[in-house]
Amino acid sequence: MNIKLIAKHEKDARASRDAIVTTLEELMDADPSVCYVDCDLMGCLNTKGLWKKHPDRAIQAGIAEANAAGVCAGLAATGKNVFFHSFGTFSSRRCYDQIYMSAAYAGLTVHVLGSDAGVTAAFNGGTHMPLEDAGMYLSIPQTTVIDACDYDQLYSVMHSLAHTQGVSYTRFVRKDVIQVYAPGSQFEIGKGVVLHESGEDACAVICSGIMVDEALKAYESLQAQGITIRVIDMFTWKPLDEALVRKAAAETGCVVTAENHNVTCGLGAAVASCLAKDHPVPQEFVGVQDRFGQVGPQSFLMDEYGLRAADIEAAVKRAIARKS
Amino acid sequence: MKDLNVKQLNILAAQIRLETLKVIHSRGFGHVGGSVDLAEMLAVLYGAAMRFDPKDPRWPDRDWLVLSKGHAGPAAYATFGLMGYYPLEQAYTLNHPHTRFPSHTDRLLTPGVDLTTGSLGQGASSAMGAALGNKLDGRDSRVYLVVGDGEADEGQVWEAFHFAAAHKLDNVVVFLDMNGYQLDGPTAEILDHGDLPGKVAAFGLYTQQVDGHDVAAIYHALEAALAHKGSPSCIVLNTCKGKGATFAESSHAHSSQPNEEQWAEALQAAEQALEAARQA
Ligand SMILES: Cc1ncc(C[n+]2csc(CCOP(=O)(O)OP(=O)(O)O)c2C)c(N)n1
Repeated sequence: MNIKLIAKHEKDARASRDAIVTTLEELMDADPSVCYVDCDLMGCLNTKGLWKKHPDRAIQAGIAEANAAGVCAGLAATGKNVFFHSFGTFSSRRCYDQIYMSAAYAGLTVHVLGSDAGVTAAFNGGTHMPLEDAGMYLSIPQTTVIDACDYDQLYSVMHSLAHTQGVSYTRFVRKDVIQVYAPGSQFEIGKGVVLHESGEDACAVICSGIMVDEALKAYESLQAQGITIRVIDMFTWKPLDEALVRKAAAETGCVVTAENHNVTCGLGAAVASCLAKDHPVPQEFVGVQDRFGQVGPQSFLMDEYGLRAADIEAAVKRAIARKS
Repeated sequence: MKDLNVKQLNILAAQIRLETLKVIHSRGFGHVGGSVDLAEMLAVLYGAAMRFDPKDPRWPDRDWLVLSKGHAGPAAYATFGLMGYYPLEQAYTLNHPHTRFPSHTDRLLTPGVDLTTGSLGQGASSAMGAALGNKLDGRDSRVYLVVGDGEADEGQVWEAFHFAAAHKLDNVVVFLDMNGYQLDGPTAEILDHGDLPGKVAAFGLYTQQVDGHDVAAIYHALEAALAHKGSPSCIVLNTCKGKGATFAESSHAHSSQPNEEQWAEALQAAEQALEAARQA
């Protein structure tokens, strides 16, 4: 792992999806076994150029996600290294049993990409808003589950995934993300990234995806109020970096999890089940509180579902107050 | 069905097209292409065929509309507004915070929407369930299901057709919007269907194919479909994705974000088309 934090809370001029496009192109150019299957959403991922360049291995499966997932499993059985994309709703809910049985249970490797993570589905509305997609993939044995926050993290993770066995699921935002990391940053799947740490930390905020920038803002605001917190970007939800979670709980005495996902089945639940085993501490859950998605601008939805720095701040104060 | 009045239906279609544009214009961008191309079909349904009560959207004896290509919501919102379900201005809140008019049709939010859709393919099945339920209750209500040609990629569409034919759901009329385009481009280049109407017919649906922008042709096909007994029907509409929306008609774009100038041009053209229908 080799990370440089930028964290100026500024939008990246690059669309984060292009980290995927670039990686896919690099992988496909270098390795004839790499295939990419999409479901009539190449325009949304910006891979139409790749389709032209590799018409044999950039495969249009049409609006038929369940079939596409099965096709991916079959391709994998012939030794292909397969990446499969649709919106996060459809690359999870719409093809779950096919991924579960034909790929995961059958011991095959398929890398699933789910775009428009959580509230970033914005104007497509509640029917297109994946708030349980990662939770579904957490429930399949031996998967790798990623909630990526920016371009450079996606780029690094995508390259690592190419060498990872089994079913993986990566949820991401297509564009307009805050740049957290500097170009060239390298991440290790399964290892959380400690963004702020000191001997004074009164609470640990464990977060991922669009919540990383919110947590960094909460850090600054709390710092000004004399409260120091630890901030961990847990972009790998599974396998969870349990050692890091336990260490944070032991050293700070309480945790706040923050996710762009339903709290019943995501990062917060994974952290809680890790800590409950041998180091229970007070935990507060920032995230979507068991509600359905709805339509609207992302900024409105982040307010509506309590996904703001202010929500993290309040949760930190509640967690600290619960420490005995 | 009401007697055929071509002029009146053409006026209604032009109103639906204009209002659909206004609804999407209220947000500035959206699924224009696959919404405006349904104007003539919706005009025939709501102007001549369907049984509905805008004061009582869930009237048990109503006919149902299931827009399985749920992204065409704005065309439905325009139609329902014109029919008096709500003042049209309410629909000029498309995709705004707390709106009752989301990009995909939602039965819990919008009066007139019978089933929630958005994940393509699913409305086909739920429409068949509604048709079966109405039959079980002894009601003669019809279910009108609208499916996109890209949407027909979904196996679920064909499972629904299979189910409807096996259960002899002759209270269902499927409109297959064959505009030849889906999100990534021409349907023939994404996953070629071959003879799509032929396939529908082979699944046991009484299938006709008409010009989807010719209200009289749609009317007559619907008359024949409603008279047909013993199996579900399908009317394949040959349409132009983006029909009548100046910025989308030639590109057949799936979603459009025109600038204000382009919007003004499109709205003006749609108003002129309405005026021409009135003068015809
Ligand atoms: C299950 C599912 N997969 C993908 C999408 C994203 N999507 C929305 S519209 C669309 C294209 C639809 O094409 P078609 O049915 O032909 O509609 P039309 O061209 O008439 O608008 C796609 C891929 C979706 N809504 N649902």
